[in-house]
Amino acid sequence: MFGSSKMKSDSQSLSNGAPKPSVLFKTAVRIRSKAHSNATEGVPWIWVCAGALVTILLLIAGMFGIIIAQGISALWPKSVIQLQHDSQTVVGMSMRTEDSENTETGQPESKVLVYQANRDFGMNEFAFVPAAKIGTSDKPAQIWFAERAEWGPFIGRIVSPESAGAADLNAGQVKDLIGSAAVRYKEIKALEKGPLADLNTDIEELRLKKRATERHLELGELSAAEASAKISAIENQLSDLQTKHASVSEKVQTLRAADEAVKATLIAPNGQTKTLPASQLLNAYLPNQLSVPEKIGIFMSRLWSFVSDEPREANTEGGVFPALFGTVAMTLFMTMAVLPVGVMSAVYMREIAQQGTLVSLLRIAVNNLAGVPSIVYGIFGVGFFCYTVGVSVDQLFFQDKLPNPTFGTGGILWASLTLSLLTVPVVIVSTEEALSAVPRSLREASYGCGATRMQTLWNIVLPKAVPGVMTGLILAMARAVGEVAPLLMTGVVKLAPALPVDGHFPFFHLERSFMHLGFHIYDLGFQSRSTELSRPMVFASTSLLVGVVLLLNFVAIKIRSQLRKRFEGRGAF
Amino acid sequence: MLNPNDLPAPFSHPEILTGPAQISIQNFNLWYGKAQALHNINLPVLQHAITSFIGPSGCGKSTLLRSINRLNDLIDNISVTGDIKIGERSVYERHLDVTSLRKRIGMVFQKSNPFPMSIYENVCYPLRISGISQRNILDEAVETSLRSAALWDEVKDRLKRSALDLSGGQQQRLCIARAIAGNPEVLLMDEPCSALDPISTAKIEELIAEMRGRFTVVIVTHSMSQASRVSDQTAFFYLGRLIEAGPTKRLFESPHTKATQDYISGRFG
Ligand SMILES: Nc1ncnc2c1ncn2[C@@H]1O[C@H](COP(=O)(O)OP(=O)(O)OP(=O)(O)O)[C@@H](O)[C@H]1O
Ligand SMILES: [Mg+2]
Repeated sequence: MFGSSKMKSDSQSLSNGAPKPSVLFKTAVRIRSKAHSNATEGVPWIWVCAGALVTILLLIAGMFGIIIAQGISALWPKSVIQLQHDSQTVVGMSMRTEDSENTETGQPESKVLVYQANRDFGMNEFAFVPAAKIGTSDKPAQIWFAERAEWGPFIGRIVSPESAGAADLNAGQVKDLIGSAAVRYKEIKALEKGPLADLNTDIEELRLKKRATERHLELGELSAAEASAKISAIENQLSDLQTKHASVSEKVQTLRAADEAVKATLIAPNGQTKTLPASQLLNAYLPNQLSVPEKIGIFMSRLWSFVSDEPREANTEGGVFPALFGTVAMTLFMTMAVLPVGVMSAVYMREIAQQGTLVSLLRIAVNNLAGVPSIVYGIFGVGFFCYTVGVSVDQLFFQDKLPNPTFGTGGILWASLTLSLLTVPVVIVSTEEALSAVPRSLREASYGCGATRMQTLWNIVLPKAVPGVMTGLILAMARAVGEVAPLLMTGVVKLAPALPVDGHFPFFHLERSFMHLGFHIYDLGFQSRSTELSRPMVFASTSLLVGVVLLLNFVAIKIRSQLRKRFEGRGAF
Repeated sequence: MLNPNDLPAPFSHPEILTGPAQISIQNFNLWYGKAQALHNINLPVLQHAITSFIGPSGCGKSTLLRSINRLNDLIDNISVTGDIKIGERSVYERHLDVTSLRKRIGMVFQKSNPFPMSIYENVCYPLRISGISQRNILDEAVETSLRSAALWDEVKDRLKRSALDLSGGQQQRLCIARAIAGNPEVLLMDEPCSALDPISTAKIEELIAEMRGRFTVVIVTHSMSQASRVSDQTAFFYLGRLIEAGPTKRLFESPHTKATQDYISGRFG
């Protein structure tokens, strides 16, 4: 798999750098047998323990280092090289050099992997060039790198369609072309996402209303006259809306036609040309003419569009905003579900229930729940939440939409609940620990003042336990963000049509399926057309996932230390 | 050392009651599981006076003190016989509301245990749990209690700050303020000065002396000099039994039993 060769070499260098454990062990034994009461007793053990810690730290740092470095290089604007070999010319970005054996001669040789892009110009996206055969290598200045809405990036020349083959467009002209296209695109999107989407929702609502009326008629809850009056009223509204819808769509059509009239012509290094609407070009730059600040600027803007844009081209390009949003939303919903349930169960077990065999057994059971493989929770989630609870909910409240399921299939609510089942043991265990760590003297002080058990629990014990509960919550969140397996079954999708939270009433659409960074990574890395092609996105998404986990933890830890300060003095109330 | 069989019969000096008794402990026995910790204690506690419990470690002073406000209820496997009365009412009455009993009794512990809240909230906690939330009442109670605990001048500018920022001695005085904030009839103190420096101890002894006439105070102490300085009456316990009780002066100057004499002269304990 990708990156594995590098990982291996890292771990090798690690084990070479540190002394072998067996050597340390022997030293330890020798010293121990020499002098029992010596002041140096145990020193080798300290070294062994420290060595173990350092090894772990280096491995973790190495892992993060590799992921983040690869993630950054995926977004960094690389220069384009032109290689000459065997009278062939290869133009593209040098990705890496691979050592392999020549299939014919069996001799070792190294090959340069060049990313040529231009999938629709009759070119291979990747070319392997034997390093030994490279004649000349240079960096042509007048070569563009452009990201496109379809067919992936383009590397080559950009000319105006009228004077095809004549002088290239200069940088300013290309910028204008793309800038004005972006303005038109925004206008179209605003119409589509605003009025058009609203109209669609309203039409769908009316359609459901009509169906409900028909159903009431069938059931005899409405008389024929009432029903037909109602239906005709609905139909009037409906046709009204449909007229509006048609006029807005027409507007969109006109705008689109106008947009497509502005064209640009691309000329690939192999001479093929293609003329396409300028709005297909999302951004373009001359990679070999960039200064470092310009590169940083491009990096930042790509980073921004990576986190804020929707994916394109089967997720291998564009951004990951829906996945990022889904991950965070799912984790927050999970937290909201797991916190009250976990804390209340722990309070019951520790503070209210008679301590005895039954409670001990329960405690062991809860502890063991934490070790159940997550896929088991996934199976349970789909069987119980989606197909039992969800289907019943549909039959009770969403009859008009049937046979299309609403809650009777995977969705962010069921995924969050499944994950909260998965993480509730962690919350229970740490809450119990926190509760039992509340000093007896505090409880006695409260009881001594005449407080009831509930008052003591609420005013003294629980507030004191909050930092401990937060620790459990942090662990739960960290675990939940990283879980993918149970999500596969309970509502995660490769490409979700809409976010689970939006501006349409009731704003939180918990029945919707959603995208998730963890699944996104898995899907890109193992299920996409070409792993080579999706590799940069995999690393960038992984870095982002790591970032999300760290950020969520950071926020939770900040809150916790704030609370700690409050309960351990220092600071005002 | 004496063994239980050689213990003399409990002796109460006749002058022990010069007024009405606030607390009367009658034939009181207490068991932790199977182990008996208190044996047939009979002791009246004089109203609005200061009574000290003395005796070697493990003799049951704290146990008896905690029986008065039924704080021992929190421990599993406790059983008692006999009775403790506060005024006319039995503490161990069947349908007694323990929380309202405890509201009439303030308690100060050996280790100061302020709540992790502001100084202000600590002091008014007994009022808050009784459902009092009017600002003026709380403000007044906080000020009076803190003044009585000789802490007001030190903390009046930082009432909203955490109580945990106070020094050990200040924390203990805060706990005293908290114990008297609910205006109890009885104040129980279990070695309130044992973790404090001499200056804080002197301050707290002064406070206790000032409480004479306002509260009925029972104080457990290991310091003979403290008992003789602050208390009006003294009760000496040994091996879970009451050995001798009487006016402090009498008990210290002419103890009736040999065991008492040995203990106060420091020959054992
Ligand atoms: N929770 C408990 N469970 C069982 N036995 C206990 C418990 N608390 C106290 N005891 C026992 O009861 C006896 C009296 O204890 P108590 O704490 O009342 O002594 P004390 O006179 O307060 O001693 P000290 O001066 O050291 O505080 C001791 O023998 C002790 O071991
Ligand atoms: Mg004690």
